[in-house]
Amino acid sequence: MRDVTIIGSGPAGLTAALYSARANLTPLVIEGLEAGGQLMLTTAVENFPGFADGIMGPDLMAAMRTQAQRFGAEIVRGHVSAVDLSVRPFTITMGDETIETQTLIIATGASAKLLGLPSERALMGHGVSTCATCDGFFFRGKPIAVIGGGDSALEEATFLTRFASSVTLVHRRDTLRASKIMQDKAMANPKITFEWNTDVMDVLDVDAGAVSGLVIRNNVTGVQKTLPVEGVFVAIGHTPNTSLFRGHLDMDGTGYLKTHDGSRTSIEGVFACGDVQDHVYRQAITAAGSGCMASLDAERYLASHE
Amino acid sequence: MASENVATFTDGNFDASVLKSSTPVLVDFWAEWCGPCRALGPTIDALAAEYAGRVSIGKLNVDENPQVTTQYMVRGIPTVMVFKGGQVVETIVGLVDKNEFKAKLDSHL
Repeated sequence: MRDVTIIGSGPAGLTAALYSARANLTPLVIEGLEAGGQLMLTTAVENFPGFADGIMGPDLMAAMRTQAQRFGAEIVRGHVSAVDLSVRPFTITMGDETIETQTLIIATGASAKLLGLPSERALMGHGVSTCATCDGFFFRGKPIAVIGGGDSALEEATFLTRFASSVTLVHRRDTLRASKIMQDKAMANPKITFEWNTDVMDVLDVDAGAVSGLVIRNNVTGVQKTLPVEGVFVAIGHTPNTSLFRGHLDMDGTGYLKTHDGSRTSIEGVFACGDVQDHVYRQAITAAGSGCMASLDAERYLASHE
Repeated sequence: MASENVATFTDGNFDASVLKSSTPVLVDFWAEWCGPCRALGPTIDALAAEYAGRVSIGKLNVDENPQVTTQYMVRGIPTVMVFKGGQVVETIVGLVDKNEFKAKLDSHL
Protein backbone atom coordinates (compact mmCIF):
# COMPACT_ATOMS: atom_id res chain seq x y z
CA MET A 1 0.00 0.00 0.00
CA ARG A 2 1.28 3.40 -1.01
CA ASP A 3 0.63 6.72 0.73
CA VAL A 4 1.06 8.75 -2.44
CA THR A 5 1.02 7.63 -6.05
CA ILE A 6 1.64 10.14 -8.82
CA ILE A 7 0.68 9.51 -12.42
CA GLY A 8 2.80 11.55 -14.79
CA SER A 9 6.41 12.75 -14.87
CA GLY A 10 6.41 16.28 -16.24
CA PRO A 11 7.17 19.34 -14.09
CA ALA A 12 3.91 18.90 -12.13
CA GLY A 13 4.39 15.20 -11.37
CA LEU A 14 8.07 15.48 -10.49
CA THR A 15 7.56 18.52 -8.25
CA ALA A 16 4.77 16.67 -6.44
CA ALA A 17 7.22 13.76 -6.12
CA LEU A 18 9.97 16.00 -4.76
CA TYR A 19 7.73 17.51 -2.10
CA SER A 20 6.11 14.27 -1.01
CA ALA A 21 9.49 12.52 -0.94
CA ARG A 22 10.81 15.24 1.35
CA ALA A 23 7.74 14.68 3.54
CA ASN A 24 8.86 11.04 3.89
CA LEU A 25 5.86 9.72 1.98
CA THR A 26 8.07 7.70 -0.45
CA PRO A 27 5.88 8.49 -3.43
CA LEU A 28 5.57 6.20 -6.42
CA VAL A 29 5.75 8.00 -9.75
CA ILE A 30 4.36 6.21 -12.79
CA GLU A 31 6.06 7.92 -15.70
CA GLY A 32 3.63 7.24 -18.50
CA LEU A 33 4.40 6.93 -22.20
CA GLU A 34 5.55 10.48 -22.71
CA ALA A 35 8.03 10.35 -19.84
CA GLY A 36 9.25 13.80 -18.84
CA GLY A 37 6.23 15.42 -20.49
CA GLN A 38 6.04 18.18 -23.04
CA LEU A 39 9.39 19.72 -22.11
CA MET A 40 11.02 16.65 -23.65
CA LEU A 41 9.90 18.04 -27.01
CA THR A 42 11.39 21.49 -26.58
CA THR A 43 14.83 22.94 -27.01
CA ALA A 44 15.93 25.86 -24.85
CA VAL A 45 13.62 26.81 -21.99
CA GLU A 46 14.27 30.48 -21.33
CA ASN A 47 11.52 31.30 -18.88
CA PHE A 48 12.14 28.89 -16.02
CA PRO A 49 13.38 31.07 -13.17
CA GLY A 50 16.82 30.26 -11.86
CA PHE A 51 18.34 29.40 -15.23
CA ALA A 52 19.66 32.77 -16.33
CA ASP A 53 21.11 31.41 -19.56
CA GLY A 54 18.23 29.06 -20.27
CA ILE A 55 18.28 25.28 -20.02
CA MET A 56 17.41 22.55 -22.51
CA GLY A 57 13.97 21.05 -21.79
CA PRO A 58 15.19 17.43 -21.55
CA ASP A 59 18.05 18.52 -19.25
CA LEU A 60 15.64 20.35 -16.95
CA MET A 61 13.47 17.24 -16.73
CA ALA A 62 16.47 14.99 -16.05
CA ALA A 63 17.47 17.32 -13.20
CA MET A 64 13.95 17.31 -11.72
CA ARG A 65 13.91 13.53 -11.87
CA THR A 66 17.27 13.19 -10.12
CA GLN A 67 16.24 15.70 -7.48
CA ALA A 68 13.02 13.81 -6.67
CA GLN A 69 14.89 10.49 -6.54
CA ARG A 70 17.51 11.94 -4.22
CA PHE A 71 14.84 12.24 -1.52
CA GLY A 72 13.38 8.80 -2.07
CA ALA A 73 10.80 9.12 -4.82
CA GLU A 74 10.42 5.83 -6.65
CA ILE A 75 9.99 6.37 -10.38
CA VAL A 76 8.80 3.51 -12.55
CA ARG A 77 8.28 3.19 -16.27
CA GLY A 78 4.83 2.15 -17.30
CA HIS A 79 1.48 3.24 -18.47
CA VAL A 80 -1.66 3.15 -16.35
CA SER A 81 -4.44 1.24 -18.06
CA ALA A 82 -7.23 1.66 -15.48
CA VAL A 83 -8.04 3.24 -12.12
CA ASP A 84 -10.67 2.41 -9.53
CA LEU A 85 -11.47 5.48 -7.44
CA SER A 86 -14.79 4.23 -6.09
CA VAL A 87 -13.31 2.83 -2.87
CA ARG A 88 -10.34 3.70 -0.70
CA PRO A 89 -7.58 2.68 -1.01
CA PHE A 90 -7.67 3.50 -4.70
CA THR A 91 -6.51 0.87 -7.16
CA ILE A 92 -4.31 1.57 -10.16
CA THR A 93 -3.81 -1.00 -12.89
CA MET A 94 -0.62 -0.97 -14.92
CA GLY A 95 -0.45 -3.88 -17.35
CA ASP A 96 -0.84 -6.98 -15.17
CA GLU A 97 0.24 -5.14 -12.03
CA THR A 98 -2.07 -3.42 -9.53
CA ILE A 99 -1.12 -0.76 -7.02
CA GLU A 100 -3.11 0.32 -3.98
CA THR A 101 -2.73 3.86 -2.75
CA GLN A 102 -4.21 6.13 -0.08
CA THR A 103 -3.92 9.24 -2.21
CA LEU A 104 -3.56 9.79 -5.92
CA ILE A 105 -1.98 12.78 -7.62
CA ILE A 106 -2.91 13.10 -11.27
CA ALA A 107 -0.28 14.87 -13.36
CA THR A 108 -0.95 13.25 -16.72
CA GLY A 109 -0.65 16.52 -18.60
CA ALA A 110 -1.80 17.16 -22.13
CA SER A 111 -0.76 15.79 -25.49
CA ALA A 112 -0.60 17.36 -28.92
CA LYS A 113 -3.94 17.66 -30.63
CA LEU A 114 -4.35 16.44 -34.19
CA LEU A 115 -6.58 17.72 -36.98
CA GLY A 116 -8.36 14.39 -37.18
CA LEU A 117 -7.89 13.75 -40.91
CA PRO A 118 -7.32 10.11 -41.90
CA SER A 119 -4.44 11.20 -44.17
CA GLU A 120 -2.79 12.96 -41.25
CA ARG A 121 -2.76 9.75 -39.21
CA ALA A 122 -1.59 7.64 -42.15
CA LEU A 123 1.36 9.94 -42.83
CA MET A 124 2.45 10.37 -39.20
CA GLY A 125 6.20 9.72 -39.19
CA HIS A 126 6.29 10.04 -42.98
CA GLY A 127 6.11 13.81 -43.16
CA VAL A 128 3.43 14.62 -40.60
CA SER A 129 4.80 15.44 -37.17
CA THR A 130 3.85 17.01 -33.86
CA CYS A 131 7.46 17.41 -32.72
CA ALA A 132 9.57 20.00 -34.51
CA THR A 133 12.65 19.35 -32.39
CA CYS A 134 12.45 15.62 -33.19
CA ASP A 135 11.73 15.77 -36.86
CA GLY A 136 12.91 19.14 -38.21
CA PHE A 137 16.17 17.42 -39.13
CA PHE A 138 14.46 15.36 -41.83
CA PHE A 139 13.40 18.46 -43.78
CA ARG A 140 16.72 20.07 -44.53
CA GLY A 141 16.31 22.26 -47.62
CA LYS A 142 12.64 21.27 -48.04
CA PRO A 143 9.45 23.33 -48.00
CA ILE A 144 7.20 22.63 -45.02
CA ALA A 145 4.02 23.90 -43.39
CA VAL A 146 3.18 24.53 -39.75
CA ILE A 147 -0.48 24.49 -38.73
CA GLY A 148 -1.63 26.65 -35.84
CA GLY A 149 -1.51 30.19 -34.50
CA GLY A 150 -0.43 29.93 -30.89
CA ASP A 151 2.93 30.22 -29.18
CA SER A 152 3.94 26.66 -29.95
CA ALA A 153 3.07 27.01 -33.64
CA LEU A 154 5.19 30.14 -33.97
CA GLU A 155 8.01 28.72 -31.93
CA GLU A 156 8.03 25.61 -34.11
CA ALA A 157 7.87 27.67 -37.31
CA THR A 158 10.81 29.78 -36.19
CA PHE A 159 12.80 26.74 -35.09
CA LEU A 160 12.10 24.90 -38.34
CA THR A 161 13.57 27.70 -40.48
CA ARG A 162 16.96 26.34 -39.38
CA PHE A 163 16.31 23.34 -41.60
CA ALA A 164 13.53 24.04 -44.07
CA SER A 165 13.85 26.04 -47.29
CA SER A 166 10.54 27.73 -46.46
CA VAL A 167 7.90 27.54 -43.75
CA THR A 168 4.25 28.33 -44.45
CA LEU A 169 2.20 29.00 -41.37
CA VAL A 170 -1.39 27.93 -41.91
CA HIS A 171 -3.85 29.46 -39.50
CA ARG A 172 -7.64 29.30 -39.54
CA ARG A 173 -8.13 32.87 -38.32
CA ASP A 174 -6.67 36.25 -39.33
CA THR A 175 -5.01 36.99 -36.02
CA LEU A 176 -2.55 35.02 -33.94
CA ARG A 177 -3.04 33.85 -30.37
CA ALA A 178 0.71 33.81 -29.86
CA SER A 179 2.53 36.26 -27.60
CA LYS A 180 3.85 39.49 -29.09
CA ILE A 181 7.49 38.44 -28.77
CA MET A 182 6.87 35.21 -30.71
CA GLN A 183 4.82 37.04 -33.36
CA ASP A 184 7.50 39.66 -33.93
CA LYS A 185 10.16 36.96 -34.26
CA ALA A 186 8.14 35.00 -36.81
CA MET A 187 7.02 38.04 -38.82
CA ALA A 188 10.61 39.23 -39.13
CA ASN A 189 11.80 35.85 -40.40
CA PRO A 190 12.14 35.96 -44.23
CA LYS A 191 11.62 32.19 -44.49
CA ILE A 192 8.15 32.30 -42.91
CA THR A 193 5.02 33.16 -44.89
CA PHE A 194 1.43 33.13 -43.67
CA GLU A 195 -1.80 31.65 -45.00
CA TRP A 196 -4.54 33.39 -43.01
CA ASN A 197 -8.19 32.31 -42.62
CA THR A 198 -7.20 28.94 -43.92
CA ASP A 199 -8.48 25.44 -43.12
CA VAL A 200 -6.61 22.25 -43.86
CA MET A 201 -8.62 19.89 -46.04
CA ASP A 202 -6.20 17.03 -46.71
CA VAL A 203 -2.59 15.89 -46.56
CA LEU A 204 -1.15 14.34 -49.73
CA ASP A 205 -0.04 11.68 -50.64
CA VAL A 206 -1.13 8.62 -48.67
CA ASP A 207 -0.60 6.21 -51.58
CA ALA A 208 3.00 7.31 -52.00
CA GLY A 209 3.61 6.94 -48.27
CA ALA A 210 5.13 10.42 -47.98
CA VAL A 211 3.89 13.99 -47.73
CA SER A 212 3.91 15.82 -51.05
CA GLY A 213 1.38 18.57 -50.41
CA LEU A 214 -1.22 20.13 -48.20
CA VAL A 215 -4.69 20.90 -49.53
CA ILE A 216 -5.92 24.12 -47.96
CA ARG A 217 -9.04 26.23 -48.32
CA ASN A 218 -9.46 29.89 -47.52
CA ASN A 219 -12.51 30.07 -45.28
CA VAL A 220 -13.38 33.63 -46.39
CA THR A 221 -12.97 33.39 -50.17
CA GLY A 222 -13.59 29.63 -50.46
CA VAL A 223 -10.57 29.27 -52.73
CA GLN A 224 -8.89 25.89 -52.46
CA LYS A 225 -5.29 25.17 -53.40
CA THR A 226 -2.44 22.76 -52.74
CA LEU A 227 0.71 23.88 -50.99
CA PRO A 228 3.66 21.89 -52.33
CA VAL A 229 5.23 20.96 -48.98
CA GLU A 230 7.08 17.83 -47.89
CA GLY A 231 6.53 18.22 -44.20
CA VAL A 232 3.54 19.19 -42.07
CA PHE A 233 3.92 20.12 -38.41
CA VAL A 234 0.68 20.19 -36.46
CA ALA A 235 0.67 22.67 -33.56
CA ILE A 236 -3.01 23.36 -32.95
CA GLY A 237 -2.91 22.97 -29.21
CA HIS A 238 -3.21 20.24 -26.67
CA THR A 239 -5.81 17.93 -25.28
CA PRO A 240 -5.75 16.81 -21.63
CA ASN A 241 -4.89 13.17 -20.92
CA THR A 242 -7.99 12.34 -18.92
CA SER A 243 -9.57 9.38 -20.70
CA LEU A 244 -8.66 7.17 -17.70
CA PHE A 245 -10.81 9.31 -15.41
CA ARG A 246 -13.88 9.78 -17.58
CA GLY A 247 -16.94 8.96 -15.50
CA HIS A 248 -14.90 9.00 -12.28
CA LEU A 249 -13.88 12.65 -11.87
CA ASP A 250 -15.55 15.96 -12.73
CA MET A 251 -14.24 17.52 -15.92
CA ASP A 252 -15.06 20.60 -17.94
CA GLY A 253 -16.51 20.43 -21.46
CA THR A 254 -13.11 19.92 -23.06
CA GLY A 255 -11.96 17.17 -20.70
CA TYR A 256 -9.80 19.15 -18.28
CA LEU A 257 -10.09 17.96 -14.68
CA LYS A 258 -11.93 20.36 -12.40
CA THR A 259 -10.13 21.29 -9.19
CA HIS A 260 -11.30 23.26 -6.17
CA ASP A 261 -9.69 24.55 -2.96
CA GLY A 262 -6.19 24.11 -4.35
CA SER A 263 -5.64 20.84 -6.14
CA ARG A 264 -8.66 18.86 -4.91
CA THR A 265 -10.73 16.96 -7.47
CA SER A 266 -14.31 15.76 -7.08
CA ILE A 267 -13.11 12.70 -5.14
CA GLU A 268 -11.54 13.16 -1.72
CA GLY A 269 -7.94 11.97 -1.70
CA VAL A 270 -7.49 12.50 -5.43
CA PHE A 271 -5.55 15.60 -6.44
CA ALA A 272 -4.66 17.05 -9.83
CA CYS A 273 -1.87 19.34 -10.96
CA GLY A 274 -0.28 20.68 -14.12
CA ASP A 275 -1.76 20.90 -17.60
CA VAL A 276 -4.33 18.17 -16.95
CA GLN A 277 -6.31 20.74 -14.94
CA ASP A 278 -5.03 23.99 -16.46
CA HIS A 279 -5.87 25.18 -19.96
CA VAL A 280 -5.10 28.78 -19.08
CA TYR A 281 -1.47 29.13 -18.01
CA ARG A 282 0.15 25.86 -19.19
CA GLN A 283 3.70 26.82 -18.24
CA ALA A 284 6.43 24.63 -16.79
CA ILE A 285 6.63 26.93 -13.78
CA THR A 286 2.88 26.93 -13.11
CA ALA A 287 2.79 23.15 -13.53
CA ALA A 288 5.64 22.80 -11.03
CA GLY A 289 3.87 25.19 -8.64
CA SER A 290 0.63 23.24 -8.81
CA GLY A 291 2.58 20.00 -8.28
CA CYS A 292 3.84 21.44 -5.03
CA MET A 293 0.27 22.34 -4.05
CA ALA A 294 -0.98 18.82 -4.81
CA SER A 295 1.74 17.28 -2.67
CA LEU A 296 0.99 19.58 0.27
CA ASP A 297 -2.75 18.90 -0.11
CA ALA A 298 -2.15 15.14 -0.18
CA GLU A 299 0.14 15.37 2.84
CA ARG A 300 -2.53 17.26 4.84
CA TYR A 301 -5.21 14.84 3.73
CA LEU A 302 -3.13 11.89 4.95
CA ALA A 303 -2.38 13.61 8.27
CA SER A 304 -6.08 14.29 8.90
CA HIS A 305 -7.08 10.72 8.07
CA GLU A 306 -4.56 8.91 10.25
CA MET B 1 23.40 4.54 -22.79
CA ALA B 2 22.27 1.30 -24.43
CA SER B 3 22.44 -1.95 -22.51
CA GLU B 4 24.66 -4.83 -23.64
CA ASN B 5 21.83 -6.63 -25.43
CA VAL B 6 21.17 -3.66 -27.68
CA ALA B 7 23.01 -3.74 -31.00
CA THR B 8 24.17 -0.71 -32.95
CA PHE B 9 23.03 -0.76 -36.56
CA THR B 10 24.68 1.42 -39.18
CA ASP B 11 24.60 2.06 -42.92
CA GLY B 12 27.63 -0.25 -43.04
CA ASN B 13 26.30 -3.27 -41.16
CA PHE B 14 22.58 -2.98 -41.99
CA ASP B 15 22.62 -5.54 -44.77
CA ALA B 16 24.46 -8.21 -42.77
CA SER B 17 22.98 -7.50 -39.33
CA VAL B 18 19.38 -6.68 -40.24
CA LEU B 19 18.41 -7.76 -43.74
CA LYS B 20 20.28 -11.08 -43.66
CA SER B 21 19.54 -11.90 -40.01
CA SER B 22 18.13 -15.36 -39.33
CA THR B 23 15.95 -14.01 -36.48
CA PRO B 24 13.51 -11.08 -36.61
CA VAL B 25 15.18 -7.73 -36.00
CA LEU B 26 13.79 -4.67 -34.22
CA VAL B 27 15.40 -1.40 -35.34
CA ASP B 28 14.92 1.74 -33.25
CA PHE B 29 15.55 4.85 -35.38
CA TRP B 30 16.67 7.56 -33.00
CA ALA B 31 18.87 10.60 -32.44
CA GLU B 32 20.60 12.18 -29.48
CA TRP B 33 18.56 15.40 -29.77
CA CYS B 34 15.17 13.70 -29.80
CA GLY B 35 13.55 13.81 -26.34
CA PRO B 36 10.91 11.15 -27.00
CA CYS B 37 13.65 8.85 -28.35
CA ARG B 38 15.41 9.16 -25.02
CA ALA B 39 12.13 8.39 -23.29
CA LEU B 40 11.79 5.24 -25.40
CA GLY B 41 15.36 4.08 -24.62
CA PRO B 42 14.58 2.13 -21.43
CA THR B 43 11.71 0.30 -23.16
CA ILE B 44 14.05 -0.81 -25.94
CA ASP B 45 16.64 -1.90 -23.36
CA ALA B 46 14.01 -3.95 -21.51
CA LEU B 47 12.78 -5.58 -24.72
CA ALA B 48 16.34 -6.44 -25.71
CA ALA B 49 16.88 -8.22 -22.41
CA GLU B 50 13.57 -10.04 -22.63
CA TYR B 51 13.92 -11.18 -26.24
CA ALA B 52 17.66 -11.94 -26.16
CA GLY B 53 18.39 -14.82 -28.56
CA ARG B 54 14.94 -14.65 -30.16
CA VAL B 55 14.84 -11.17 -31.65
CA SER B 56 17.85 -9.06 -32.49
CA ILE B 57 17.22 -5.58 -31.11
CA GLY B 58 19.24 -2.50 -31.87
CA LYS B 59 19.39 1.20 -32.54
CA LEU B 60 20.17 3.14 -35.65
CA ASN B 61 21.27 6.74 -35.26
CA VAL B 62 19.54 8.74 -38.02
CA ASP B 63 22.10 11.52 -37.77
CA GLU B 64 25.00 9.22 -38.57
CA ASN B 65 23.27 6.83 -40.96
CA PRO B 66 21.46 8.78 -43.67
CA GLN B 67 21.44 5.94 -46.19
CA VAL B 68 19.19 3.51 -44.32
CA THR B 69 17.12 6.38 -42.91
CA THR B 70 16.37 7.67 -46.41
CA GLN B 71 15.87 4.23 -47.92
CA TYR B 72 13.10 3.41 -45.43
CA MET B 73 11.61 6.92 -45.69
CA VAL B 74 11.93 7.59 -41.99
CA ARG B 75 10.79 11.18 -41.50
CA GLY B 76 9.90 11.14 -37.85
CA ILE B 77 11.45 9.66 -34.76
CA PRO B 78 11.18 7.63 -32.70
CA THR B 79 10.24 5.11 -35.38
CA VAL B 80 10.62 1.42 -34.72
CA MET B 81 10.63 -1.09 -37.57
CA VAL B 82 10.58 -4.85 -37.30
CA PHE B 83 12.32 -6.75 -40.10
CA LYS B 84 11.81 -10.39 -40.89
CA GLY B 85 13.56 -12.10 -43.81
CA GLY B 86 14.83 -8.74 -45.04
CA GLN B 87 11.33 -7.20 -45.19
CA VAL B 88 9.65 -4.60 -42.99
CA VAL B 89 6.80 -6.35 -41.18
CA GLU B 90 5.93 -3.66 -38.61
CA THR B 91 6.35 0.11 -38.38
CA ILE B 92 5.59 1.79 -35.09
CA VAL B 93 5.81 5.59 -34.97
CA GLY B 94 6.06 7.51 -31.71
CA LEU B 95 5.91 6.41 -28.11
CA VAL B 96 3.96 3.27 -27.38
CA ASP B 97 3.68 1.00 -24.38
CA LYS B 98 6.07 -1.95 -23.96
CA ASN B 99 3.17 -4.40 -24.10
CA GLU B 100 2.24 -3.11 -27.53
CA PHE B 101 5.77 -3.79 -28.78
CA LYS B 102 5.62 -7.25 -27.23
CA ALA B 103 2.34 -8.07 -28.93
CA LYS B 104 3.77 -6.99 -32.30
CA LEU B 105 7.02 -8.92 -31.78
CA ASP B 106 5.25 -12.05 -30.57
CA SER B 107 3.12 -12.12 -33.70
CA HIS B 108 6.30 -12.59 -35.74
CA LEU B 109 7.92 -15.31 -33.65
